[in-house]
Amino acid sequence: MISPHAKLADTVFSKDVELKSTRDGFGTGTVEAGKADENVVVLCADLKESTRAEWFEKEFPGRFIEVGIAEQNMAGLAAGFAMAGKVPFIASYAAFSPGRNYEQLRTMVALNNLPVKVMGMHAGVSVGPDGATHQMLEDMGLMRMLPRMVVINPIDAEEARKAVVAAAKTKEPTYIRFGRSPVPVITTSETPFEIGKALTLWNASKPKVALMATGAMSSVALAAARALDADGIACTVLHVPTIKPLDEKAVLAAAQAAGKVITIEEHQVAGGFGSAICEFLAETYPVPVKRLGIQDVFGQSGEPNELLEHYGLGAPHIAEVARQFVGKTL
Amino acid sequence: MSVTDAEVADLEKKAEQIRETIITMLVSAGSGHTAGPLDMADIFTALYFHILKHDPKNPEWEERDRLILSNGHIVPVRYATMAHAGYFSVEECQTLRKFGSRLQGHPERERLPGLETTSGPLGEGLSQGAGIAYAFRMSEGTRASASNARHVYVCMGDGEQDEGNVWEAAMWAGKNKLSNLIAIIDRNNIQIDGMTEDIMPLGDLRAKYEAFGWHVLEVDGHNMRQFIEAVDEAKAIFEKPTVIIAHTIAGKGVPDIETDFHWHGKPPTKEEGAKFLKELRTAGGRVPHEYS
Repeated sequence: MISPHAKLADTVFSKDVELKSTRDGFGTGTVEAGKADENVVVLCADLKESTRAEWFEKEFPGRFIEVGIAEQNMAGLAAGFAMAGKVPFIASYAAFSPGRNYEQLRTMVALNNLPVKVMGMHAGVSVGPDGATHQMLEDMGLMRMLPRMVVINPIDAEEARKAVVAAAKTKEPTYIRFGRSPVPVITTSETPFEIGKALTLWNASKPKVALMATGAMSSVALAAARALDADGIACTVLHVPTIKPLDEKAVLAAAQAAGKVITIEEHQVAGGFGSAICEFLAETYPVPVKRLGIQDVFGQSGEPNELLEHYGLGAPHIAEVARQFVGKTL
Repeated sequence: MSVTDAEVADLEKKAEQIRETIITMLVSAGSGHTAGPLDMADIFTALYFHILKHDPKNPEWEERDRLILSNGHIVPVRYATMAHAGYFSVEECQTLRKFGSRLQGHPERERLPGLETTSGPLGEGLSQGAGIAYAFRMSEGTRASASNARHVYVCMGDGEQDEGNVWEAAMWAGKNKLSNLIAIIDRNNIQIDGMTEDIMPLGDLRAKYEAFGWHVLEVDGHNMRQFIEAVDEAKAIFEKPTVIIAHTIAGKGVPDIETDFHWHGKPPTKEEGAKFLKELRTAGGRVPHEYS
């Protein structure tokens, strides 16, 4: 059953559930953070409409900085702004930032230890028709490897807003990942969010498998859990918005309770969320794990849902993998 | 900011001491770069002993000018100059590149107060300097451009101009008319693999920066007065960022290695170091044919 603690929207399983891109949470979150702290500034590399950076620009034109198509310079400028006491958010597509400017972020943000907030938009195959070049699938891995870098992958626009507001208040360099296509808004203003904390979305007594998911995949995992429940397969769903630092306590507890884990992410299975879970569990409580995600290939053009299904990230496929994993095929 | 003949003579003497420290610290380190630190010794002396607003006893002083060293590999000149200016003891220079030292092979801001940035990977200092200069102007408005306001200095190498990141930053600084930003290019004509014009011709650097909206000055990088007066002029330009192209002699001060690109990235041996110290000359007049 849905965990009451998660305080999810009543519409969570309804066809009337609100659909929004998580990037909308960047727009609303920076406006909110900008009102709370006049040092918050937003830099954008010629993508202010699609990143929603223009929502901040409308509110605070003097604190919006247009950089042009120059993500490397944007990272360095942000480091400079941070050294001068600002809290800079830099917005572009994840393929370009942190894709293009990885070394700039490594040296000038992480090694410099500055509170630059890197906002990677259009991550995952659900970018859709733009195709493989723009479907960033390696960003969480890149950012997770950097010492000091906090990595957050929100489930929906509401959690993305909370993540942005929270990130504006910390001293850590932080990466937040956003998607392009509209996804269900299943959390509410009451849903707990704290950087570094995971959230149980679906509870069961004597679960046979724990579905651990990140980003909008957590909503898909929830749909899979409901289908499994209908088949009499008890499972839990742990939503892990913060990949780093990992909520080790929650991950360990879920793994111990279920004894089997499936990780689900819209990212390469190498280096990202599934890797983080495996690394932790292998050293603390080894259990069988299946990693669902992109299996060492690039994406392609198509409609978001059709692509997610093609790459094995639709709810029916996740449920089927879980059935086989617990030895109860239909 | 004028400079008297007596002050110039003092600065030249100080630069010679700093070159001596650079040679001894490189010998002690056993690795590192020689040519760039030696050829930038005059400019770093002018900056720390005449130009910069700074306080060696309070490196985080908010009102200080910011000096960004973009080509981090020449950091021995910065360490040596900071030591002579009183940030730390000259003896500590001998820990360069050693385990546990604050004087990392490439500078790290978190390890040694006063460095401003971590650098080494080339092409990044101008971005950071531009960001700081813009943020200062956000806080201070037009006051940020006044000649007594905080200025942001960015030292770059000439080989470093190969990096695309430099030109992204140059374009942006020009667009934003960052008059509180002063870039300095060490135009010593060498990089690791050879002469700059063979490896990747820079051609007319003046025309390039002018096309990007910069005010451009060219000086003899071993002439204290010329450099100090160029900085004065840069501070008086209110509509553009300024770049000072400092023509320098790679390895300046040690005749054995001057202009030789092979000395870009290696240190002197103990024997070479002893010889170099003997040969060491300054711009103070011991080589009058070069400074008529």
